Amino acid sequence: MIVEAGHFALVLAFAVSLFQASVPLWGALRGDAVLARLASRAAIAQFLLVALAFAALTYAYLGSDFSVANVFQNSHSLKPLLYKWSGVWGNHEGSMLLWVLILALFGAAVAVFSRNLAEDVLGATLAVQAMIAAAFIAFLIFTSNPFVRMSEPPFEGRDLNPVLQDPGLAIHPPLLYLGYVGFSIVFSFAIAGLLLGRVDAAFARMVRPWTLVAWIALTLGIAMGSYWAYYELGWGGFWFWDPVENASLMPWLTGTALLHSAIVMEKRAALKTWTILLAILTFSLSLLGTFLVRSGVLTSVHAFAVDPERGLFILMILIVFIGGSFALFAARAGAMESGALFAPISREGALVFNNLFLSVATLAVLTGTLYPLLLEALTGAKISVGAPFFNLTVVPLMVPLFLAIPIGQKLAWKRGDLAGALSRLWVSAIAGLMGAALLVYSLRGGPVVALLGIALGLYLVLGALDDLLDRALRGGNAQILNRLFGIPRSLVAMTLAHAGVGLMVIGIAATAFETEKIISMKPGETTSLGAYSLTLEAIGPESGPNYHSIVARFSLRDGAGPIAELKPSKRVYTGRQMPTSEVARHRYGLSEIYLAIGETSEGGRADLRAYDKPFVLLIWLGPLLMSLAGLLSLSDRRIRVGAPHRRIRASTPQPAE
Amino acid sequence: MTRKQKRLAVIGAIGLVLFAATGLILFALSGQIAFFRSPSDVVAGKAKTGEFFRLGGLVQPGSITREEGQVVHFAVTDGAQVVKVVYRGLLPDLFREGQGVVTEGRLDAGGLFSATNVLAKHDENYMPREVSDALKQQGHWRDEKGSKP
Repeated sequence: MIVEAGHFALVLAFAVSLFQASVPLWGALRGDAVLARLASRAAIAQFLLVALAFAALTYAYLGSDFSVANVFQNSHSLKPLLYKWSGVWGNHEGSMLLWVLILALFGAAVAVFSRNLAEDVLGATLAVQAMIAAAFIAFLIFTSNPFVRMSEPPFEGRDLNPVLQDPGLAIHPPLLYLGYVGFSIVFSFAIAGLLLGRVDAAFARMVRPWTLVAWIALTLGIAMGSYWAYYELGWGGFWFWDPVENASLMPWLTGTALLHSAIVMEKRAALKTWTILLAILTFSLSLLGTFLVRSGVLTSVHAFAVDPERGLFILMILIVFIGGSFALFAARAGAMESGALFAPISREGALVFNNLFLSVATLAVLTGTLYPLLLEALTGAKISVGAPFFNLTVVPLMVPLFLAIPIGQKLAWKRGDLAGALSRLWVSAIAGLMGAALLVYSLRGGPVVALLGIALGLYLVLGALDDLLDRALRGGNAQILNRLFGIPRSLVAMTLAHAGVGLMVIGIAATAFETEKIISMKPGETTSLGAYSLTLEAIGPESGPNYHSIVARFSLRDGAGPIAELKPSKRVYTGRQMPTSEVARHRYGLSEIYLAIGETSEGGRADLRAYDKPFVLLIWLGPLLMSLAGLLSLSDRRIRVGAPHRRIRASTPQPAE
Repeated sequence: MTRKQKRLAVIGAIGLVLFAATGLILFALSGQIAFFRSPSDVVAGKAKTGEFFRLGGLVQPGSITREEGQVVHFAVTDGAQVVKVVYRGLLPDLFREGQGVVTEGRLDAGGLFSATNVLAKHDENYMPREVSDALKQQGHWRDEKGSKP
């Protein structure tokens, strides 16, 4: 009954979204504030209905209702509660429902937090958001209905794909979706701006917090996914240049560019056309990503079993939205006034530099991702474009960008002093090189490129922090702390985010110093790993709630004695009879020892893959710092959502809705 | 600088970066991609010795043998032809006889494919598209195997 109610709520949400997409838009374009204002209530109603549908599906999962086909295919009554819950979005239908839920969430959030916007802007924005929602709810109802019942309900489910039974999966997809679906609202703002012909500094002001929210979530989501792949897939890698990873990286690159160009638009009223274009591009790339993942046109580790009909449907959505928005852009962009002038060497110039390199890197990733499709369509040849291509194209594009970050930070608006900025940076540069040399010396050798990578990372960190110190120390030693705390939060946030980039660069460069060992061991045997020694104590079976496993017990010792027991294992899930590897890790400082076992043969031998990975955690701590910096910037009073009117609104009682 | 000069400087710099990036992308596309080949392609001589490519098909039942030092020998087939493969390292969890597999590596002069990577998929029902296409070409495709669970 509850499942049917969920289905019904979803259909109702579709009707509401059709209303929201048409009536308020008409009102906004005709200057009828009453009609435009209807958008807010519709957006909230739409969100509540989708949330109801989502809750109904969650209910079916938690209660292991196997009469629902989706639950039968992806759940198991013995599965731990967390995975019953995360299983809701561990499959195609459920994950699309989550997609729609987040789409509706952003619409409702704008309706709630941006009440001080002009009625026509708000109405038009929410109408555009509803168009996207209508398209995807229709996609759910007509091709991917999660509420379909089975005629003969089975007693037991087929279980969730074991690889997905991990706490990481509970967080990774929602964060990722919050990120790349979040850019939908920025897209809606841009389209509304074009439709109404009102694109100005105020526009940038209202768009930036939303861009920031989406960007924070996407940064965390990608980092989380990378971390999950690292510990779950047992290869010890953190980024595979898989098409699906690329699909999330592309909106991140353009979203980061958008974050920076919106600053120029807000502060200097320049780069308007470009910022609008980036807003459209970012969400278009999100849609493209959804298409690539859901249609199965690309071979990817993320592919679920696929259905061509679904691919076609998303392709249609893609063509309508991307085509429509670009046509509108082409028709209206010429009417925008060009903004203030600036010298090539200036803060604006530096941000243009950032945008240029991020956009070109996106182009490289896009080419590498779509080229196999194109070539196969044209010649029938099947190719794969892998890590070598991306390393060769993206890395050379990132190096000049990273070198420029600390310089750009120190340039003034309008007309900057390059020599002055450089003279303040040479200390950071030299300190970076020396630090890298010292580190590499302590780690014994390694390729020169890795040394330069670490130097680049240190230079980024020092160059970023240098800015804060400089401000605090300016004008004598008195009141340093006062001055340090007086620095605007958004400025501290910028510094921290750039330092985060530096940390990540160090982490990636340090992978060149890892030790890898692939050997076969018997119980009682010992092998060395970096500065440690590793002994296989025993191999034996163990059972979990819905799996059996073979566990190898290792003890890790350093010169002084045993420091940890590590138990990598091989699991076979009873539901699907599918094996997975569970790795075991030991953290020391920012580094890790990483063990994965393969076949265990008769005679008690275990195949082992062991790594010593120095500073590997920086790869994810960097992005974490970047997103925390984003949160800090979001809390800055000056860019907070709807800041100017909030206090007044809060004091007047609102009628219940 | 005048307004015009400023604009020219910016546009010139953008043009230069775009030009360099396009060159880089084209260069990388010409040298850093791997073609997918089926065992029939390999036997027909489509793969040159020493060329890096992807070989895909089914793991031939009964072909897996293991040696000391984690060296594994197996054979990949598309039903018509068979190519022998050698790989050193841990095999992915879903590597099994009769399962679809994609390997990356090079062919040596003796016709042995020396794999540097064996790819696994998340889902046991999921067949790499290249493999299913290659099997279809050989008429060995059973549709129920690739359909959704």
